[in-house]
Amino acid sequence: MSGMANTLPIEITVNGRRRALRVAVHHTLLDVLRDDLRLTGTKECCLVGECGACTVMVDGRIVDSCLMLAVEADGAEILTVEGLAENGRLSPLQQAFLDKGAVQCGFCTPGQLMASHALLEANPNPSLDDIQEGLAGNLCRCGCYVQITDAVLSVAEGGHR
Amino acid sequence: MQTFVYERPATLAEAVALLDAHGPNARLLAGGTDLIIRLRDGSARPGVVIDVKRIAELHPAIREDDGIVTIGATAVVADIAASEPVRRHFEALADAAAVVGSVQIRNRATIGGNICNASPAADTAPSLLVYGAVVVAAGPKGTRRIPIDDFFVRSGVTTLGPSELVVAIEILVPARSTGAVHMRRTRRRGHDLASVTLCCSVDDTGVTRLAYGSVGPRPVLVTDETGVLADPDAPDEAKAAIFERMFAEASPSKRSMRAGPEYRLAMLRVLGNRAVRAAIGRLEAKGRVEA
Repeated sequence: MSGMANTLPIEITVNGRRRALRVAVHHTLLDVLRDDLRLTGTKECCLVGECGACTVMVDGRIVDSCLMLAVEADGAEILTVEGLAENGRLSPLQQAFLDKGAVQCGFCTPGQLMASHALLEANPNPSLDDIQEGLAGNLCRCGCYVQITDAVLSVAEGGHR
Repeated sequence: MQTFVYERPATLAEAVALLDAHGPNARLLAGGTDLIIRLRDGSARPGVVIDVKRIAELHPAIREDDGIVTIGATAVVADIAASEPVRRHFEALADAAAVVGSVQIRNRATIGGNICNASPAADTAPSLLVYGAVVVAAGPKGTRRIPIDDFFVRSGVTTLGPSELVVAIEILVPARSTGAVHMRRTRRRGHDLASVTLCCSVDDTGVTRLAYGSVGPRPVLVTDETGVLADPDAPDEAKAAIFERMFAEASPSKRSMRAGPEYRLAMLRVLGNRAVRAAIGRLEAKGRVEA
């Protein structure tokens, strides 16, 4: 292979937009989102599937994009944090994160938002236990867990969904 | 990550042919929650990665026919935890599937990957052992069925042949009324591998089956047919003696960073007691429903 990366064509839909790309087979979905598509909202952090900073939705389910090859996403619909706002307006969940002070350094926030978004889609009125289980795969170095939980609860109770 | 040739067979025959052609230079990719980490850290350097997720025969439809529940190898553990036939017949497997990693991991990790990775801490292993699951494997010579107790050898090693892959897991619906539960100890929910796993089933004839993992090179299945464990009124000393015999094969590693051997052995006994009580509770609850 003489140092040349082995590549394959894939088609994915990212935040509603269809993209045809040629990707290196050993690049993860995270690599392709950040480096090829310049969607840097999704964060690279632990790279072993523990921190959840790279969480995105693939075909309606959250996954750690660091543990998925981009070629595995061929044909998939992907939602990243950049796709949560509509027409330049933050989603109610994003606004709640700001209102409740759930963002300190902000590095885990995109992953927390995606996990919360998926939780609320599946369960619009989650209990505290449901939220803790739904967000167990997302670490926050700043320790904003109480504020993050408050933000998710406020959207659930606020009836925005 | 070092590059490789990526193959995505559409049929079982293609996958077997690829495995046969590439031998140990190929690795199977299912959910990737173990393999991608190993590809990145260089502990696995395959020339060929064979993605099995689009093989029709491994399609993750969980189905029940003639008293057998079949789970496709690429069924993700989130779907197993939510599956109606699994929850109805194999509640301990549903328990176990629900505590694998985090939501993100459960949405990717497959049951085939969980057993083929053969970690001593594999969450689905103890319940599959207790329920007497059968692994359906396909290879160049056709399909064979391997009782799960004959499948695990040690961490990362199974009795699968070099050109074989797991197609499905089959579990016979128990003929007798059975209560079963899966329990684990872990340092942090949502991330950590288990320090101890244990599954217990009790049936209406008083047979108790225990399977435990993360305390030796492979998960272990043991049975008590004396009826003592299943008897809520049996004295604790009598139960303790039976537990000692059942846990005799536990030999936790001294080198694991997750928990020391003393802790694991102590917790095995705690989980054993709790799980037997919980399994009896579930058996009794079923009796009430059926009565």
